[in-house]
Formats: sequence, C-alpha cells, structure tokens
Amino acid sequence: MSEQRQRVLITGNEATAEGGIAGGCRHFFGYPITPQNKIPEYMSEHLPPIGGVYLQAESEVAAINMVYGAAAAGARAMTTSSSPGISLMQEGLSYMLGTELPCVIVNMVRGGPGLGNVAAAQSDYWLATRGAGHGDGRCITLTPYSVQELHEFTAGAFEIADRYRNPVCVLADAILASMMEPCELLPRREPSPPERPWAVGPHDPAERERNIVNSLWVDHNLMEAVNLRIEERYRQAAEEITDWEEFGSDDPEVVLCAYGISARICESAVGQAAQAGVRTRLIRPKTVFPFPRAPYARWAERVERMLVVELSMGQFVEDVLLSVEGRCQVDLLGRAGGSMPTVADVVERVVALAGKAGGH
Amino acid sequence: MREELFMAGLGGQGVNLAGQLIARAGMDLGLNVSWFPIYDPEVRGGSSTCTVILTDERVGSPTSDHPTSMILMSADAVGRFADRAVEGGLIVINSSLVHEAPACHACRMLMVPANEIAVEIGNDRTVNMSLLGAWAAGTGIMGIEDIAASLRAMLPERHHHHMPDNEEALRRGAAIGRSACLGDD
Repeated sequence: MSEQRQRVLITGNEATAEGGIAGGCRHFFGYPITPQNKIPEYMSEHLPPIGGVYLQAESEVAAINMVYGAAAAGARAMTTSSSPGISLMQEGLSYMLGTELPCVIVNMVRGGPGLGNVAAAQSDYWLATRGAGHGDGRCITLTPYSVQELHEFTAGAFEIADRYRNPVCVLADAILASMMEPCELLPRREPSPPERPWAVGPHDPAERERNIVNSLWVDHNLMEAVNLRIEERYRQAAEEITDWEEFGSDDPEVVLCAYGISARICESAVGQAAQAGVRTRLIRPKTVFPFPRAPYARWAERVERMLVVELSMGQFVEDVLLSVEGRCQVDLLGRAGGSMPTVADVVERVVALAGKAGGH
Repeated sequence: MREELFMAGLGGQGVNLAGQLIARAGMDLGLNVSWFPIYDPEVRGGSSTCTVILTDERVGSPTSDHPTSMILMSADAVGRFADRAVEGGLIVINSSLVHEAPACHACRMLMVPANEIAVEIGNDRTVNMSLLGAWAAGTGIMGIEDIAASLRAMLPERHHHHMPDNEEALRRGAAIGRSACLGDD
C-alpha cells in the first residue's frame, strides 16, 4: 500500500477536474461560467488524449441533458457550473432523479440571486440540498473545504452516485475554486462502473428486453413506487455516507457550525478564540445531504450556544436548527453577496456569546 | 509559525505568479501553504492581489485580515492596502512606482527600485523577482535559492534561458533586504 502519490500545487478547479478523471469520468459536458472555467478548460485538454469526451454545450440546459443521455447509456458523466448555470440545470436534474440515473455535478457558488457576481458565496445551499428541480428527490451533496478534498470528494462522488443511482452535487465556492494548495493526486483509475443492467444501448434482443429510461408514470401507484425506492436509498445513504469533522476544544463554551470556506475561517477562529480565553469546537459537515444531525444533537446537550457561520443570510442554519431541536440557542453570522466575515468577526461574536452563555 | 503574505499591484506585473512561487517554495520546504487571488478582469492594468499563507499548522483561513508581510507593487496598491499590515510587519514596496513611503509607523519598510533593477539587468520581466528577493531576506522564511528552484520548476522549459536574469534580480533584491535588516539593528 506504499503507493507514492504525486503532490502538486494546483487550483481547486484543477483538482476538481482531475478528481473527476481519477473517479472514472470520461464524459464531460459543460458551458463556461466564472469562477469555474478552469474545470472545462482542464477537461478539454485532458479528456480527449485518454479517449474521453469533452463537449462544450450551447447552454447549461443542453449540458445537463447531455449528461442525462450519457448517464442513460451507462457512462460516468459530469458537468460543472456556478450558481446561475446550476439554476438552468434543475429540470434536467429532476428528470435524472425520476429516471434514477447517476451523475456528478459541481457548483462553484458565486454571489446571487440573479446574475450576481463572481465572488464566493454559500447561498445555493437550499438549491443543492432541497433542489434538483421539482418532485420528491434531492442531490446527495458533498461539501469539501480544501483543494485536497475537492479532488477526493469529486473522485468519490461517482461511486456514491452509482451506489444510490442518484445525482451527486459537489458544493463549493469561488474561493475554493480559485485558490491553490498542495494536493496529493489520486491515480487515474480506468472507468470501472458497476454493472448497469438498466442502461440503454445496443443489445441482443434474445438476451434481454430493451431498457427504457423514463420518468413518466401516469399510474400514481407506479410513481409512488419510484418515490419510495428513492426515499429508501436516502435512508441508506444517511446510514452509510454521512460524514463530518470536529475540531477544537473537548469542553467548548460555544460550538461553531460551518462548512466549506466558512469552516476554514472558523478553523482559524478556534485558535484565536482560545487566545481570547473562549473554548470553541467546530463541527464541519463533509456531507450536507445526508446531513450529520448526530454531532449537533450531541453537543446541543452540552453547550448553551452554537454559532452558525455561512456566506448566506441563513440556509445551512436551518439544518442545524432541525438537528438541535431547540436544545440550545443557535445564532447566525451570515454574510452575503460575495462578502466574507473575517476571522476577527467570528471571534468577536464567539466572545460575546460566551459572555452571554456564562452570564446567568 | 504563520506568515500571511499579501501582494498587490497591477495586472501584468506578475503579482500572482510571484505569489505562486512563494507558495510552491513553501510547499517544497515542507510547510502547509495556500495561495488565493483576487483580480480584476483586465489582463493588463487592473488591480491584482493575492494572499499566500505559510504555516507549520493548519492553514485555516486562506485570506488575511492583517498580513504579517506585504509586497506592494504600485501606488494604487500602497494607497489601498498598506494600512492593513500587522504591527511590526514587513512592507516591501516597488519604489520605482511609489515615490513616497506610506505613513505606516509600526511596520518595517523596504523600498526596492524594482523597475530600475530590471532595466539594469536588461530583462523587464524580472520586476517581481527583486521584490521577492527583498521579501525573502527581510523575513528570513526562505532563501532566494528556494524561490529560484520554485521558478525553475514552474517555468516552462522554453523560458529557462531567463533564469540567470531572474536569479540576478533575486540577489539584488536580497541585498537591499539584508542591508535594511542590518540598519534595523
């Protein structure tokens, strides 16, 4: 197991693209949008030489439907975009949920709503975890917080998508996309997806009946059967892949709650708060659907206050509230539109909260 | 140890490449590093900045509220950013384009005539390197040979004939950095 991994200094975008290739993706469809253009650029350079397909679609709507078609034929397919582009993909994602097809999408979130700007935001949390268009289904959503995790989570997303036959969203932001960090590259595995008895394509009619990829179920009983199957997979996913990291004091006065780039700021805040005399612990989800309710519920029994830090006016905070079920006070430090809280901002709030927590 | 280096200048001056060289050299020295850019859409002339974190602990935030050192390459950059440096921090300034040192009493200031040095060397692409040389000598975090090794690794082979000029610029900058350090004592 002494496989020597190559360590390189690369951007989050490049690490994501190479993660897709390492995960077995050989079909990429996309449409340019800042701040993730390095991903399609990288794919356009690296996929064709290894026999893969890179195709710049005429729009995001076309791109997700190309992913839909490739996935239906059994390919490991991927698209990447940023907020407005992901909005355009919602219909296609809903059809992929309905047809129970695996795929990977990456959202490098930028300021919004509307065309917004190209700075970092986390305001697509609901779009990722509640969205995927209409109907009873969601994207399984992973939240990397470093260039290394962008690489590894994107690679791993294909296995997860296959296992649960569901689109998987890698949810990051403009900072993680454009920053550089050392990254240990995974080897490029040959695409070896599990058997896909449901895939469409050329076949011998004597061996099997033709497969049909369809999301139209006029009979409500048949539709509900699909809904129940999807729900059962989410229940399984919650048991099997829910993941988080905890960092900081074992006896915290305030628990910090953040994912992605906000968790990076909070990681620094844990140390600076300690210098200011306040013990904190960070709970950082690596998956947000399924959501790691257990650690929040556990620490809610032991602290009076939690502080949620997110680059939105309050989306992720709702999952924290659902997890703690009123057992402790949950405050929000939210910035939006591409603005960021500083480490000092977080520490200031933590100190104020600790004062309140100990003051009665 | 945690060094937060903030660099700012004009698009085309090599701000971001210079930051990447430091990050790469830091990585090769076994440090945890990050490099994070913010720049205007213009390829030439817009504002260009980057933040490099070098640390032996977790990097945490890749941004910096109060950098421990700065390299400021234009008058605009000095005006906008100089007062953010931490007390006792180091500010390296391209004095070819900035004629007055900022009134930043609590910082160590290194004035490097980077454009003139580049003209003397005869290679106008070396402007950022004399500033990096001064920074390296001023902070003592890495040697100019570490930066040169990083440049050699990142520069495409066809540009390797520029290495001697870049190394000369690093040396000239480091000489200024060292003399200023002596002056401090």
